[in-house]
Amino acid sequence: MTAQTPMAPWFAEVDVSAWIGPYPFRDVPHPDPEVLVRVLARERVRSAWVGWLPSAWHRDPAAGNRRLIEALAPWREVLVPAVAIRPDWPHWEQELTFGLEAGAASVRCYPAQWGLGAGHPAITQLAHACAAARVPLHITVRFEDLRQRHVMDSAGDVPAAAIRAVARAGTGCRVVVSGAGRDYMEEVWWGLTVEERALVHFDFGWMWGPPEDHFATVVREVGHGPFVYGSQWPLRLVQQSRALLALLPHEIARSTPLPVPGVETVSRPA
Amino acid sequence: MVSAPDDAPSLTGAAPLIDVHAHFHTPLSGRADWSAYNASRLDAGHRMGVIAHVASVLGSWGHRSPTYFPSPHDLTAANQWMRDFAREDAEGRAQRVYAYVAVNPNHPEHALREIREGIAQGAVGIKLAASRKADDVLLDDIAAIAAEHDAPILHHVWQDRRREWPGQDASDAVELGRLASRHPRARFLLAHIGGGGDWAHTLHAVRDLTNISVDLSGSGIDRGMMDATIDAFGVHRVMWAADLTLCTGLTKAWAIDAIGLDDAAVADLRWRNAVRWFPRAAFAVSEPGAVA
Repeated sequence: MTAQTPMAPWFAEVDVSAWIGPYPFRDVPHPDPEVLVRVLARERVRSAWVGWLPSAWHRDPAAGNRRLIEALAPWREVLVPAVAIRPDWPHWEQELTFGLEAGAASVRCYPAQWGLGAGHPAITQLAHACAAARVPLHITVRFEDLRQRHVMDSAGDVPAAAIRAVARAGTGCRVVVSGAGRDYMEEVWWGLTVEERALVHFDFGWMWGPPEDHFATVVREVGHGPFVYGSQWPLRLVQQSRALLALLPHEIARSTPLPVPGVETVSRPA
Repeated sequence: MVSAPDDAPSLTGAAPLIDVHAHFHTPLSGRADWSAYNASRLDAGHRMGVIAHVASVLGSWGHRSPTYFPSPHDLTAANQWMRDFAREDAEGRAQRVYAYVAVNPNHPEHALREIREGIAQGAVGIKLAASRKADDVLLDDIAAIAAEHDAPILHHVWQDRRREWPGQDASDAVELGRLASRHPRARFLLAHIGGGGDWAHTLHAVRDLTNISVDLSGSGIDRGMMDATIDAFGVHRVMWAADLTLCTGLTKAWAIDAIGLDDAAVADLRWRNAVRWFPRAAFAVSEPGAVA
């Protein structure tokens, strides 16, 4: 068996990008909260922000939010709900209030699956509401690689312009982006003002490590501040972000303390 | 490139890893950082416990001729560079780089000549990418010479290719299976189960063809993929590998430890199957009881 990277007692505070629930396009083993709790303990991650995976493909995510909150109830010390809010749906504000009262750590929005283009005014309204509630708005760029998608999975990726539009809207909303590779992250980052980019955080799990060294390149260029830890469990192997950190060139790993990157800046205040 | 100290423990533990699907760049690649790319691969591999990179160069990687349709001139130069690099890297140390011969079946005489010369000069396998569909008759002589020399063929595969994709004549498992059926004495390594497309299709398409093994490489890290692959093929027909992303390779090496396999099965996946599949390589690794 392996001797893994020497790590602090907790490798990361929060996995911002987890889900529970089935995936519509292929079988995913054990997408259950009790399994996620065990995986987090094994990976030494203290807690996770957890969404209800099917909600991205539901027209109305409200039922999924209720199933999520019910399913997480026994594990709320570790698994914190991340409710899905569709901002062009009637009474979405009430659904947001419901989620916040249930203790949501973040708000998930799936613009591609819900047909909301970059700069859609409903997303801006949701960003305003998230900023007022001091919860981050989490946008998933992609769930799977383009090359393997089911013929019915035709939504496509969320364009980087959509992230830039949220950051430029002047709402003050913090945005978490998962599923972004190097090009996407750079397109967002260098397409924003210093003030705007301070609002955006990236789950870096889709970037490439060596030998292309995309992750090392962006860490060298922009520092570790924009990055948060995420796994996209149960779709992807949870070890990937840890692998990317472990393979950073030694001079970066030595000078850049990455294990809990940026999470405190996007968490809700106690 | 700054690596971890030589005495740092491997990121994947003491057992070796053999990467049966590696690539390097050359001065002909047309990228200024070709040498840094190669150094990064070797450095990260060292940190992960990779003791052998079985590697190919696909011509000029698109600089002078297309990556998946390389010219004979580019292939000859790339193959020679690959063998020279393997030999020069081994000066003063145990060999850690091994060469495939990469060929384009659209140039049959050149392909056979490259294979004969390459194997005579130390190449341990043949690399076929996407210049011609795997079931095309132009590949028959290549498969025959591979069997003759006991050299496995690593074949680029798009898992369940449902249409033609630009820039390549990609094959899927069904097409590779046809070639493997025609050449039962040849051994094939179906490339990168995580390298794009629907891997679940591949598991069904070639599970009964015992002269095909699969490698785990590719940027895809779907949960359930490794488990299903091992269930379909058994641990003796699956090999750990990295291809273009050593980070996902490290993830998979760690995941191998988390899916409930015994130590012997883990060793099979990490290196022992590669030792069996590449008899010409004589990898510098052994353990009590290992088939080497």
